[in-house]
Amino acid sequence: MTREMTGAKMVVQALKEQGVDTVFGYPGGAVLPIYDEIFQQNDIRHILVRHEQGAVHAAEGYARSTGKPGVVLVTSGPGATNAVTGLTDALLDSIPLVVLTGQVPTFMIGSDAFQEADTVGITRPCTKHNWLVKDTNTLASTIHEAFHVATSGRPGPVLIDVPKDVQFATGTYQPPKPSASHYQPVVKGDMEEITELVAAIETAKRPVFYTGGGVINSGPAASQLLRELVEATGFPITSTLMGLGAYPASGKQWLGMLGMHGLYEANMAMHDCDLMINVGARFDDRITGRIDAFSPKSVKAHIDIDPSSINKVIRVDIPIVGDVGHVLEDILKVWKSRGRKTNTEALAKWQGQIDEWRAVKCLTYEMSETTIKPQYALERLEALTKGRDRYITTEVGQHQMWAAQFLGFEDPNRWMTSGGLGTMGYGTPASIGAQIAHPDALVINVAGEASWLMNMQEMGTATQYRLPVKQFILNNERLGMVRQWQELLHGERYSHSWSEALPDFVKLAEAFGAKGIICKDPKDLDDAIMEMLEYDGPVIFDCLVEKHENCFPMIPSGKAHNEMLLGAAETQGVIQSGGAVLV
Amino acid sequence: MSALHIKKGASKHSAYNLRPNFSDTQERHTITVLVENEPGVLARVIGLFSGRGYNIDSLTVAEVDHTGHLSRITVVTTGTPQVIEQIKAQLGRIVPVHEVTDLTVAGPFVERELAIVKVVGEGEKRVEAMRLADIFRAKVVDTTLNSFIFEITGTPDKIDAFADLMRPLGLTKIARTGVAALLRGE
Repeated sequence: MTREMTGAKMVVQALKEQGVDTVFGYPGGAVLPIYDEIFQQNDIRHILVRHEQGAVHAAEGYARSTGKPGVVLVTSGPGATNAVTGLTDALLDSIPLVVLTGQVPTFMIGSDAFQEADTVGITRPCTKHNWLVKDTNTLASTIHEAFHVATSGRPGPVLIDVPKDVQFATGTYQPPKPSASHYQPVVKGDMEEITELVAAIETAKRPVFYTGGGVINSGPAASQLLRELVEATGFPITSTLMGLGAYPASGKQWLGMLGMHGLYEANMAMHDCDLMINVGARFDDRITGRIDAFSPKSVKAHIDIDPSSINKVIRVDIPIVGDVGHVLEDILKVWKSRGRKTNTEALAKWQGQIDEWRAVKCLTYEMSETTIKPQYALERLEALTKGRDRYITTEVGQHQMWAAQFLGFEDPNRWMTSGGLGTMGYGTPASIGAQIAHPDALVINVAGEASWLMNMQEMGTATQYRLPVKQFILNNERLGMVRQWQELLHGERYSHSWSEALPDFVKLAEAFGAKGIICKDPKDLDDAIMEMLEYDGPVIFDCLVEKHENCFPMIPSGKAHNEMLLGAAETQGVIQSGGAVLV
Repeated sequence: MSALHIKKGASKHSAYNLRPNFSDTQERHTITVLVENEPGVLARVIGLFSGRGYNIDSLTVAEVDHTGHLSRITVVTTGTPQVIEQIKAQLGRIVPVHEVTDLTVAGPFVERELAIVKVVGEGEKRVEAMRLADIFRAKVVDTTLNSFIFEITGTPDKIDAFADLMRPLGLTKIARTGVAALLRGE
């Protein structure tokens, strides 16, 4: 099927053929022909955001909660530059996005035309790949290739820059031909390495699964295989921030999240294990802490679809390049065929050690009768939403870490957070994207007041599309994580880490046409949360919490996994000059 | 380590040699990259090196397959074995890259560079320059009564040696292409 049509029509046609149902975007001069085509059809729903950064984060929320690529349409110049933060965020967290930007007409490129920016130049380092389309005849095939690149191998954001004259001109539409691309990443793991890992699984005395976002990206089948392998071997499992939900938080083998603000038992298990099986994680610096003291006694296996992740930070003994789902399937097959062996005696002893660490109860905090502790607020949110079809997004900071610690995730694709880039302002638009994809689900953005203000304009989007997103703001009137670091590292000189002149969030909610709820007394909290959950529409929940609470446990910068701080006592001077330069 | 009996060494089945022996010594590697000759592809490669803090000692690029629109980039780089492995893996991630070959590992290989060298001088110096050029098999491609431009090809070392000899004889300008390299044999 090849047909003659305009470039603008081609864009819509290609998106339809790629199964796109939703586009997040914002119009402008250089994309008007495409918007004109969108106006004349009903297959693709366009969600008008309030800022292009919001469009990209919303598309990320959509993508992470569905497993499908998110699609964004913005104009040239500022439209494209505003998308840059979202693109970088998606690149670091491996989120598949296809971003279409308008561009000034080809004959004006390079002339400093109105709303001209070198979009492919600016976005080259923050996309997996990008294209400038100069000929309408290649537009459709480029869009199809873009979807292929965004979703194959390690997923990521791609961008297509479409000059306005290319949108107006007529050309021949090319239907998708997936095999046409030379880009075909390896998905099957090397059987020799897999067999070696199975042999290690059979004899390991102190094993641990360390899983990451790669399990989620591989699809629900990968999570199922992981669960099967964990149950069958009885090995303990921990996960990065990005991988929460791949293994259920209620699972018997679950250690909780690891890393800088991870659980004591998870980090201690990582430090003392003799076999570490990294499944789709990348030894991020939030995870490893001090590199030269990272899990010194273990044999390390690393399953990753991206060869560049292997040996990048931590040298591994069993490297397996491949898709997590495919590799887990092969591991299970080989392990079963060799008689399902594990070192049960040693595992029981290891479990005993883990139970000792667990008994430390590292998430313990001091309750208060008069002020709401942020941890308590999340415990109540967890209790009152348990069993519901629930999607959680977050902003970035203390609240994000507390959410990861205190909320339990039973399924993949239910947890959307900015992990690699740490983008404040991610949560509100991401909650909108997730709610668009799951109109009947409960979508909550756990936020801090400072992060939340960064993209609060998107409340307009929530109201316009009647999206009942719940903005659960843990308001401590501080940039909490910045304040915590200033306390630990800069002699309690709290330089610019207050949220001065905060708006009245209840009035703000009303101004946006949403419902506002304020709560400051722990006794009222349950009723207030129920009021939020029962309201059929967007809610801004201003939860006034303890202002000086610090997030623990914590591995201070430059320290190893077994040097965690468990509480507020003895935190002075813990970060030495070597660690102070680290972020 | 010993308890689990994991063997060390290279895995021949993997996409890359993923079990390198990491050390702190700086190594010089010649890497060739076959890429689709599309706009911006060189910027992607150079951006990778600058963005991740790798060194470029020399870089050459030209289209080598006009019908398939493929270009060969030859890059000479210096780094620890771990950095060299990362460079190759990161190059392999770039979407229009078809093939990454580390000639220093896969070798032996032939490497050649071309330079044109302007030498200005008179009398005995001029005669000596001409004589040395002959020894190095450099060609004269331009001459005036008091200057030569020599064209010389060879390994970067040979060109360095030639330039060092020409400097006292009146070398005023030199232009070098950077290294082009291919594996020996089939």
